[in-house]
Amino acid sequence: MAQDTRHSGAQKGHAMKDILQELSERRGAARLGGGQKRLDSQLAKGKLSARERIELLLDEESFEEYDMFVTHRCTDFGMENQKPAGDGVVTGWGTINGRMVYVYSQDFTVLGGSVSATHAKKICKIMDMAMQNGAPVIGMNDSGGARIQEGVDSLGGYGEIFQRNIMASGVVPQISMIMGPCAGGAVYSPAMTDFIFMVKDTSYMFVTGPDVVKTVTNEQVTAEELGGASTHTKKSSVADAAFENDVEAIAEVRRLIDFLPLSNRQKPPVRPFFDDVARVETSLDTLVPDNPNQPYDMKELITKIADEGDFYEIQADFAGNILTGFIRLEGQTVGVVANQPLVLAGVLDIDSSRKAARFVRFCDAFEIPILSLVDVPGFLPGTTQEYRGVIKHGAKLLFAYGEATVPKVTLITRKAYGGAYVVMASKHLQADVNYAWPTAEIAVMGAKGATEIIHRADMADADKIAQHEADYNERFANPFVAAERGFVDEVIQPRSTRKRISRAFAALRSKKQTMPWKKHNNIPL
Amino acid sequence: MFNKILIANRGEIACRVIKTAKKMGITTVAIYSEADKNALHVEMADEAIHIGPPPANQSYIVIEKVMAAIKESGAQAVHPGYGFLSENSKFAEALAAEGVAFVGPPVGAIEKMGDKITSKKIAQDANVSTVPGYMGLIEDADDAVKISNQVGYPVMIKASAGGGGKGMRIAWNDEEAREGFQSSKNEAANSFGDDRIFIEKFITQPRHIEIQVLCDSHGNGIYLGERECSIQRRQQKVVEEAPSPFLDEATRKAMGEQAVALAQAVGYASAGTVEFIVDGAKNFYFLEMNTRLQVEHPVTELITGVDLVEQMIRVANGEKLSITQDDVTLTGWAIENRLYAEDPYRGFLPSIGRLTRYRPPAETAAYTPGVAAGDAGDVVVRNDTGVFEGGEISMYYDPMIAKLCTWAPTREKAIEAMRVALDSFEVEGIGHNLPFLSAVMDHPIFIKGEMTTAFIEEQYPDGFAGVDLPEADLRRIAAASAAMNRVAEIRRARVSGRLDNHERKVGDTWNVTLQDTSFDMTIAADKVGSTVTFEDGTAMRVSGNWTPGDQLANMSVDDAPLVMKVGKVSGGFRIRSRGADLTVHVRTPRQAELARKMPIKVAPDTSKLLLCPMPGLIVKVDVEEGQEVQEGQALCTVEAMKMENILRAERKGVVSKINAAAGDSLAVDDVIMEFE
Repeated sequence: MAQDTRHSGAQKGHAMKDILQELSERRGAARLGGGQKRLDSQLAKGKLSARERIELLLDEESFEEYDMFVTHRCTDFGMENQKPAGDGVVTGWGTINGRMVYVYSQDFTVLGGSVSATHAKKICKIMDMAMQNGAPVIGMNDSGGARIQEGVDSLGGYGEIFQRNIMASGVVPQISMIMGPCAGGAVYSPAMTDFIFMVKDTSYMFVTGPDVVKTVTNEQVTAEELGGASTHTKKSSVADAAFENDVEAIAEVRRLIDFLPLSNRQKPPVRPFFDDVARVETSLDTLVPDNPNQPYDMKELITKIADEGDFYEIQADFAGNILTGFIRLEGQTVGVVANQPLVLAGVLDIDSSRKAARFVRFCDAFEIPILSLVDVPGFLPGTTQEYRGVIKHGAKLLFAYGEATVPKVTLITRKAYGGAYVVMASKHLQADVNYAWPTAEIAVMGAKGATEIIHRADMADADKIAQHEADYNERFANPFVAAERGFVDEVIQPRSTRKRISRAFAALRSKKQTMPWKKHNNIPL
Repeated sequence: MFNKILIANRGEIACRVIKTAKKMGITTVAIYSEADKNALHVEMADEAIHIGPPPANQSYIVIEKVMAAIKESGAQAVHPGYGFLSENSKFAEALAAEGVAFVGPPVGAIEKMGDKITSKKIAQDANVSTVPGYMGLIEDADDAVKISNQVGYPVMIKASAGGGGKGMRIAWNDEEAREGFQSSKNEAANSFGDDRIFIEKFITQPRHIEIQVLCDSHGNGIYLGERECSIQRRQQKVVEEAPSPFLDEATRKAMGEQAVALAQAVGYASAGTVEFIVDGAKNFYFLEMNTRLQVEHPVTELITGVDLVEQMIRVANGEKLSITQDDVTLTGWAIENRLYAEDPYRGFLPSIGRLTRYRPPAETAAYTPGVAAGDAGDVVVRNDTGVFEGGEISMYYDPMIAKLCTWAPTREKAIEAMRVALDSFEVEGIGHNLPFLSAVMDHPIFIKGEMTTAFIEEQYPDGFAGVDLPEADLRRIAAASAAMNRVAEIRRARVSGRLDNHERKVGDTWNVTLQDTSFDMTIAADKVGSTVTFEDGTAMRVSGNWTPGDQLANMSVDDAPLVMKVGKVSGGFRIRSRGADLTVHVRTPRQAELARKMPIKVAPDTSKLLLCPMPGLIVKVDVEEGQEVQEGQALCTVEAMKMENILRAERKGVVSKINAAAGDSLAVDDVIMEFE
């Protein structure tokens, strides 16, 4: 018996070695994706492989892969003879600077990265885990689209992913990187995530491609023009930023993750910082020019307020009249929304309202405090705006600010006119701390327009009108009328802005605000 | 002594004069135009009087306005600085009529030295060496040879009506003089329809060297050594130094004595400058006399310890000079670099705008005008400036915004101190010539002191395109960048919310790429710094207290200082040092390997169209069809939302077609103009 046992043990040992050998071989095969030839062609297009991308995204040696051996179950059109391990997508989790993220990376070298039922299931699996365990999902998209051989199974797969995007929205941050083609129904998964980043020259997104466009509308357009990085960052605003290549795009997503909380159950991250909280910037005293019609760069204010001058801008190339992005104050993430006088005088219009509203809602969903820097002459007038519904789009920003319960600190640097004053995180929308610089002008409109209405009778008399205008300016071109009413909590010195704003947010760290119970609100979409 | 002095100037020189006046206990009055109401000189002065709109010809140089300000303030004396009214005899007369002291020479001296022909005549009479030449008409080739011999070869044969090199010949002997005369004459006849020719001495390897003189109204006069000002761009001085690396004691003495003789010949009483041109054989010739305080006076102050502004004020007050020629000793070496708001990468076009950052290097704490430099230690840094962070550089005045000076016991050390000072000088928001100045400080011809007035023209014939650093410098920067990046990476890995026990470990092996060069290295940090070991086994010791966000890194590599301006770049730093502007990537070996696989993108062919970036009204078109424009040049102004936006050329080009005119209302992406 004893000998038998020994024998059997020896046999078992031998079998284990074989098993380990097989595991190693299977892993090796899976890791090769679509094979060297296809990997070379991927590289020739300027694209890294699915696994190289994951390697760059995650901390060294931190990737834990799941479902490496998953294969599809399709038996039509000869698919039964083509069963690559992993089925065209690499999934799992790892860390970015030690913090957990879930990740999927589509492998264009395996069946064109096409989405089958099992491919979709792999993505759904890590999305479920992400929601349950509270960690962001980063999707790296590089796929030819639906696995046509599978028909409705593939479509069903997309649907399952969409549903999870919806469920995860507001629970964990979802980031989409478009690193190759992303067409047809496939675009709707990224569309529902929080941020979309594209790679210049190698990625495109559209609902219908150039061929169909040509057939249906007779429009001649290239894939790049129709859905390239430039189109989506500058024209459509579908994408939040575009980067030169895979390496840069991935590095910048790592940088973004450092700003974001892992889920809505956690506070935004805090990082050691090397900056003086009370840093005085005397140059801010002269930021607002003497001439009220002269623009200045609001980015200078943002970078001079921020820890270490670091500003992560979102949608930098779209609706430049408003700036959105993340900074840190005392190492803590703060979302910034700022009118940009350098572009269209910082006016609110359809595009800037939509851009800022979505950003404010992201911040509120993930407990990121919001800093609003205001220099706004009003809403952009004109038929183009009205016909396209500036009323409802403008209302989105108003709604988003009003429903946000995160700490809200507002600083008016110069103009805060009319309805736009109310919209830009005014005291009336439950902003917590509202500051103004001495240069602030809070009024229904500029002095000239106001005078022409109030003193219509004197319009013929230029001297009188000039006097009225001067009187109006005297009365309202300052922050003190608003301060007298408590709409502005304090008029602050520009040079001490960083200290004052940091202290305001510090005081709000334990803020709790509840809204009336509702199933959900009905924001004017 | 005067109780109150008005400074009829602006910018750095007004600030400079105010400093000394304050030291002397004199109340100061500034004048300012509309554009200067927040300027530094206004801030520094005890009183300030507004004198009109921004253009100088409506404010600073309007004698009546300045006189009114003097009356209003009750100032007893006026220092005119340089430029503006400093050499205006009418202004000096107006002051005299009011009984206000002019801190400058007597009216007569200004008038006599203000005219080139008169001053040359006076100089000749005072036995001051002038450029030999023959002003009369030259009859024929024989005559030309005769005159050339009188003048002495080499000679320049010039057309009276000449210009742009046409009708100009250099002759080294009789034969060339004969030929040159004939061809100049023909060329002049053809080009200008005027074949008159004259001949003067051709100055080989010309240098611009000037003598500082100081005279009182009691007949005393001294010279305070020379200043070498050969490095000029289009007659604009860029770098000056004192003493000149070229002069010997005998030449200095001869020049100095002639300069004093000239000053005394016109009854000079104040500080003044006699400019000479000096050839390769140390022959010197009088050019002109500047009857005012010179821009580059600080280098003289640094090597003599004399506060020239104080001396000027005392002389104006009727005092006798308290120093004699024997008291004047030249100690050590001083260099001045002029910081201009001009973009060297864009053909030195003036650049205006807001100084979003302006941090000059720390001045030597002990420095006060008039204190002998040598007393202050081994190195002196002095920065005469008229601007401040957050200030505006306007289009109305001189683009010079600061004069950075260093002093050290030797020229070599003064240059090295200047290199570090330039690297430490932070200027953002406008284009400026700091990189160019750094390049000059590292130029072998400058280092050897062999520059002539043609230096910039000859060494930078196609303009300035930045500096390519030698590998030794790249290694130092790479090592420092790796050490800095390690600090940043360790901080990144300390973000909250980490997965316990599964933290990121920041590695020791890194790859640094910069200026198309790649270095693999290992970094070992200890308590006081890091040792960076390159692939080839060479090691460098790096230390410094840089932390993320610092825009200036004061590092030390192998015990030599390395000062770098540090900016943000994805995956690394933007480093500016020694005139180079580098994108430095610091990556793990694996990241670097994958980064190398990325396609190299050729810069996209920027569109040859200028599109309207916003719906708006064209207010002004600044260029014409066929005009060549420089990168950054203003093309037109579009008004939108009552704001004026200036559209600028993205690169050098020629305007081929203009589709819009002032008053046109345009939509987004309408074509405003096209380029060839």
